This record gives sequence, C-alpha cells and structure tokens, in this order.
Amino acid sequence: MTSTFPGLAGAWRRLIAPLLLIALALGLAGCGVNNIPTNEEKAKAAWSDVLNQYQRRAELIPNLVETVKGYAQHESQVLTQVTEARAKATSIKVDASTITDPEQFKQFQQAQSQLSGALGRLIAVSEAYPDLKANQNFLALQAQIEGTENRIAVARRDYIEAVRVYNTELRTFPGVLWASTLYRANKPMETFTIPDEQTKAPQVKFN
Amino acid sequence: MHAPPVLPRLPALLVLALLIALAGLGAARAEFAFPALTGRVVDAAQVLPPAARAALEAKLAAQEARTSDQFVVATLPSLEGTSVEDYANRLFRFWKLGQGEKNNGVLLLVVPAERRVRLEVGYGVEGVLPDAVASTIIQTAILPDFRAGDIPGGIEKGADAVIEVLNLDPAEAEQRARAAASPAMSGDDWGHILFVVLMIAFWGFVLYRQARSGNLRMRGRRGAVLPGSTAGWDWSRRGNSGGNSGGGSGGGGFSGGGGSSGGGGASGSW
Repeated sequence: MTSTFPGLAGAWRRLIAPLLLIALALGLAGCGVNNIPTNEEKAKAAWSDVLNQYQRRAELIPNLVETVKGYAQHESQVLTQVTEARAKATSIKVDASTITDPEQFKQFQQAQSQLSGALGRLIAVSEAYPDLKANQNFLALQAQIEGTENRIAVARRDYIEAVRVYNTELRTFPGVLWASTLYRANKPMETFTIPDEQTKAPQVKFN
Repeated sequence: MHAPPVLPRLPALLVLALLIALAGLGAARAEFAFPALTGRVVDAAQVLPPAARAALEAKLAAQEARTSDQFVVATLPSLEGTSVEDYANRLFRFWKLGQGEKNNGVLLLVVPAERRVRLEVGYGVEGVLPDAVASTIIQTAILPDFRAGDIPGGIEKGADAVIEVLNLDPAEAEQRARAAASPAMSGDDWGHILFVVLMIAFWGFVLYRQARSGNLRMRGRRGAVLPGSTAGWDWSRRGNSGGNSGGGSGGGGFSGGGGSSGGGGASGSW
C-alpha cells in the first residue's frame, strides 16, 4: 500500500508537525490550562451581578424613604439611619480588585449589611402605620425591595459558588501547577461570610 | 522473589476510590430532594382534585403553545428547612424552566403544610411580570382563597392572573412567541460562521501546501508506513450504545427548556 502511494506517505510525514501542534494544544486544554482563566471570568461575572443587585437596591431606597416620610414623621431616626447607611454603602469604591483584597471586601460587606439592617428596621416600623400599609405606592416599593433582597441573596449564592470553584482550582491538582507557573498573578477571591452582628444574639431594649 | 505487596491491596484501594467518588457525587447531588418534573402540574403535596389538575394543565399547556412561556405549578409537602424563596429558586434552576436563551419560565410554588407560596419568575419574564405585579397577584388573587382554606381555588385564580398578565400586551406576547418559533441569526452568529469558514479554509490551505511540498520532495523515496486504518475501531457498536441511551429521557413529553431565574418574583404566607 505504501509503495503505491509514495507521495501520500511523504505528505503524511510533512503533516505530522502541524498535527502534533494541534494535539498539543488540545492536550493542554484537556489538562486544564484554561480552567483558571475560565473560572476567574465566571466568578467576576457573578461578582458584577452581585454589585448590580446591590445597586438596584440603593436606587430603590430614596423612593421608599420619601413614601414612608409622608406617613411616619415620628420615625425620623430610622429614616436617617437608612439614608446614612445608603450614603455610606454607595460611597465605597468597588472595582475588580475588591474581590481579591480581604480588607476592601470586608468594608464593602459591612457597609451593605448595615444598610440591610437599617432597611429591615424601616420595613418593621412601617408595619405600625395602617395608612402606610394601605398605600399602593408603598406596597409596590416593598415588593420591589423584597424582590431585590432576594435577588441579592441569589446573586451572592452564585458568587460564593463561583469563587469556591475558582479557589479550589487554584489550590488543587492540576490547577495548582498552572497557578504556580502561568498564572502567578491570580489570587484567591474573597467570599461572603455571615457578619458578626448577625451571629450575635439580638439585644432587646425596653425604653 | 514474591509478589509486590501492593497487589493484594488493590481491590481494597479500588473500593476506597469508588467510595470517595460516590461520596463526592452524593454531596453534589442530594442537597434537596426535589420532585421530578412529571408535568406542568407537579402536585407532590396532593392538594389538587384530578379535575382541577387536568384543567390547570390544559391552561398551562395552552399558554406555552401561545407565547412559549413555560409556566409550572408545583405543590410540595415541605420546604426541607429552607426559606420558600431559596427553595423556589433552586427548584426553578433544577427544573430549568423557560426556553433556553429566553429564560421565560414561571413557577408557582405552594407549600400548604408551611403556609407559604411563591411566584418565581425567570430572567426573561421579569419585564412582563415584575416583582410588584407578582406580589399583587399573590396578595389579591391567591392569598384570600388560601386563607379561606381553598387551596385549589387559590391556585387556579393565581394561575389565571399570571396567564392574564403574560398576555396583557398582545404585541409583546406575540413577539415572544415568534422569537421562540425561529431564533433569528444575530450578527454574532454570522461572525462565528465566518470565523469557522476562515479557520477551515486556513487549515485546508496549510495542509494542502504541506502535502504538495511533501509530494514534490518525497517523489521516488520510500515513505513512512501509513498508520493502521480506522476500520479496526468498532464504530458500529459505539453507535448502537449511543442510540440506546438516548431513549430513556423525556418521559411524559414535558421537560424544562433550559431557562434560569435570578430570584425575581414575590412570595407570601397565610
């Protein structure tokens, strides 16, 4: 067979180099050289979804504060707390480096959880005002805020999972080989923890 | 000379490896005991009489035929210790409700034993059925009946309200339906096709050049032996086994379309 197609056999020999190159590329992809960048992008996308949902919540708050103000002037303390917590949460600069910087990440998480707490108190005190609870505008805002809180929870869950996959890839074989050679700049990402104030038992004050 | 000591231990090692692999699988899969998506109405809590169930299923099927929205109603005996929001989102993603790219699924989840209800809305329907509307449906259509003890009535009114909202804007609903019938080629798709064609042309050209120059230089010399033909490989057997495994899925003719949800919707309790 080879003697009848000497040219073909020669062609085969010439083809070996590019074929080997293709095989090498596929082989490298197969042993996970792409996993770290892929997982990193997924985690970053999940992070921007988290930011997006927090942003959405921050945009809903001024409207809610205005609506509650019209019915519950006595609650100026809670209203101020919400406004201040929102201002603080939105003033924190967040960029791509936030997720690999433990200190910055902690700051961000603290500010957002403070806002969550203040917002929860605002919703709780508004329960005492029947007129407010009958207001269609307030009901719609409340549904939107609740929906956003839920979206934040889902986005955080997705982010935690994406970071878990990415961090695991950085620290387990064979990803650890690539992490220590090709991707030395890649740092593990921070993930959400349960804030201290939520693990403490709530204080009840009567005054 | 005696046998290497590792050989007798080999079965034990294999069993250990298998156990570890199984443990990993179990941990990844059995987070919650989600019911199977047996149809558009999954009545795991068994609160719907057969007639109401059939009528509801017909309505949901008609809605999917009209706008391609996958609307599923589920009743569950328990939330397995988590919140209704969390459970509904996980179940929605587990069932992959809504058509792939459009994510136009809606899930009405009722847990009578824990007095919780949730309307979980896929990414693609959030515009038509925003949280405030979902909340209004729950508060005004569903909860009054639930509070009166009429679970099937509340579910039916809720489903009717959701279907009404989904069809509220006929032009928009038609657009959703059309997009489902024939997914349009976007600029991106054309770009991909062009890229693939260029790749094939490039590699074809490279291989052609290689083959031609090899042909010219190697003339008259004995070439290397050609590698064994692929006929030795048992292709037919592989083909058969692949065909057999495909038949098992899709029992009942209904399955999720691959959609997802980011937690949109509203919930309520009574």
